[in-house]
Amino acid sequence: MQKLSDRGINLLFQSGAILLALLFTTIVLVLSDAPPIEAYRNILIGSFSSWKQFSDVLVAWVPLLLATAGLLVTFTAGLWNIGIEGQITLGAIFCTGLLRLTLGGDVPPWMAISLSILAGMIGGALWAALAGVLKTFGGVNEIFGGLGLNFVATALTLWLIFGPWKRPGIGSMSGTEPFPMELWLPQIPGLRLSVWSILIAVIGIAIIYLLLQGTYFGLKLKAVGKNMRSAYILGIPTTRYMMSSFLICGLFAGLAGSIQVVAVYHRLIPSISSGYGYLGLLVAMLVNYQALWSIPVSLFFAALNIGSIQLPIVLKLDSALAGVLQGSLVLFVLIMQGARSRFTKRLLR
Amino acid sequence: MKKSVIWRLLSLLLVAVFVLAACTPAATPPAEETQPPAGEEPPAAEGLKFGMLLVGPFNDHGWSQAHYEAGEYVEEKLAGSEMVYVDKVNPADRPGTTPAQLAESVVQQGATIVIFNSDDMKDSALEFAQANPTIPVIHASGDSSWVDGADFKNLPNLINIMGRMEYGKMMAGCAAALTTQTGNIGYLGPLINDETRRLAASAYLGARYCWENYLDKDPADLGFKVTWIGFWFNIPGVTSDPTQVADDFFNSNFDVVISGIDTTEGLVEAKKFAAEGKAVWAIPYDYIGSCSEAPEVCLGVPYFNWGPAYLENFKAIQEGTWEAHWEWNGPDWSDINNPDTSAIGFVKGDALSDEASAQLDQFISELAGGLNLWTGPINLQDGTPYLADGEVATDQQVWYLPQLLEGMEGQSVPSE
Repeated sequence: MQKLSDRGINLLFQSGAILLALLFTTIVLVLSDAPPIEAYRNILIGSFSSWKQFSDVLVAWVPLLLATAGLLVTFTAGLWNIGIEGQITLGAIFCTGLLRLTLGGDVPPWMAISLSILAGMIGGALWAALAGVLKTFGGVNEIFGGLGLNFVATALTLWLIFGPWKRPGIGSMSGTEPFPMELWLPQIPGLRLSVWSILIAVIGIAIIYLLLQGTYFGLKLKAVGKNMRSAYILGIPTTRYMMSSFLICGLFAGLAGSIQVVAVYHRLIPSISSGYGYLGLLVAMLVNYQALWSIPVSLFFAALNIGSIQLPIVLKLDSALAGVLQGSLVLFVLIMQGARSRFTKRLLR
Repeated sequence: MKKSVIWRLLSLLLVAVFVLAACTPAATPPAEETQPPAGEEPPAAEGLKFGMLLVGPFNDHGWSQAHYEAGEYVEEKLAGSEMVYVDKVNPADRPGTTPAQLAESVVQQGATIVIFNSDDMKDSALEFAQANPTIPVIHASGDSSWVDGADFKNLPNLINIMGRMEYGKMMAGCAAALTTQTGNIGYLGPLINDETRRLAASAYLGARYCWENYLDKDPADLGFKVTWIGFWFNIPGVTSDPTQVADDFFNSNFDVVISGIDTTEGLVEAKKFAAEGKAVWAIPYDYIGSCSEAPEVCLGVPYFNWGPAYLENFKAIQEGTWEAHWEWNGPDWSDINNPDTSAIGFVKGDALSDEASAQLDQFISELAGGLNLWTGPINLQDGTPYLADGEVATDQQVWYLPQLLEGMEGQSVPSE
């Protein structure tokens, strides 16, 4: 009985947070002279009105969910892996690099694609390892190290696109020469969506769920995240656990980057990460690090991203509105969590 | 007790949300709302909705605004036509989207024709045209529909439209050469490709011609330097900062900056330096009204006038006579600033002296009379002959210019 009412209170605070976020966004809209209901309606229309549009939401959902999945691991270890953007980018770079190697060779396409995805995962893990080494051995906070590495990753992408990997004769912001269709992850005819990438995302989040909920490793990682000192005293090699969490997150980030290359853009473009790393951080915070919840929440965030494309077209509004809603959701959920813990404490007293 | 307080608070919030949300549409007249249903319901018999994807902001005083206003021109001239547009269509401003995806969005809003307005949208324009064979696609710039071009794609529903801005750039170069006191002209370039190379080279050819023929000076004394920023407009952290590049020009004895980018940093910086007492000038690009930001230092602007070409194509589409072709439209030499006929124009700026203005007029009439500056001898930047003495460049030779020209300073090809 006690348990149930606990859950009730929790739900109450959560829905309060959502309402506050909606209220806040509505106020922003009102202040900018925009019709709020029209705006929300257009976001919904833009993401759910047709199968085609919903498939675009899924296209954005896959890399976002993969990034979130990786972040759940670093969050569990108490780490703020803000360098995930760079890890996605490096994944995309490694993936593109390997695909380029197979061009003109005799490698069967399915093998080229699989190898390139693998290469992307390794690339992401390497970049994450760098942030991890900086953190564990160099004493550089992972937020600063990660941010720095993000910039380096962006610079590297631009250098490749305008330098060694430029299109014949020209460097172009639209990226490297697109890969031939054999090297695309097979798509559903008429849509941009690939069943394979959905499969990868679902398997990915399932692995993370099992890892965190059902393994000894996950439990120890939680101990490291909750209290590193006591975990260390209890005999958990904290450094090794933190490094592993970076590596796992990097693998998933790299996978997200590979998906961006083989399933979405079919080439390397300047902002290949599409901000899914930062968005993944928001999702992970919002779901309070519970893997299963990240599935619907990341879908919702992807829908906001895709749906908000309608805003500039129909209402001449900036599509950054989706970002306002996403950001305020996280803020208010965090605030409400704080409020809830104070509230329950007082009740106990 | 506690709980009911919370409930009451939440209900209050909920009510507030709905009240706020419900009130506003009534307060702000639904200007957008009244029209679409009317346009959507009857099957597009008379109304023609066209979609426009703009690479930059619709009000950038440059390339994108020129297209946006061409859209407004069509709306005005073609009864019942309506534009649906998305601006800032580039990977930095709209992460996670592709132009093809945005094109589908404008089609969903009822557009039956789609215009892609940037060379950088080429992949998407092709992809979209292939996937939607019933929708006419107009790609502003590009050579995919040029039968004699190097990159002919043979799609029945895609055409390229481009203006012969080479002439506009020659006029810009001429105005710069007639004005410079230091003999050094800076060219603020975007990224390096065929188009930007030939436009920078055209500006140089115009400058050299007027320098040599109207001022009687030695071409060897004319400095002409191109600095590329990396894209059509500033993307912080990604491109070089055009403001910085313009400053560097003005600080190092270059007193006229010709802009090749889509935004007006060159002009804005010239204004700043002039306010500090320096004698400097600038020539913006793309958009007829761009001098207005700093008329006192503006020598003039070569601009695109896309309206007439769009109008003509839309009419052909409506009449069912439209088919794939390629357009490279020049100025109307009887009046280069005629808004209904000339694809390329040049508006003189307040800062152009009367003498220079008269000489520029003479230059324009020479061009109108058949003067072709793309006539040999012309050497490429590294000294290799490109056009022999008296040889006139073909369209292909101009379009696919492989390097800058001899006498120009600056990068010819992107660095390895």
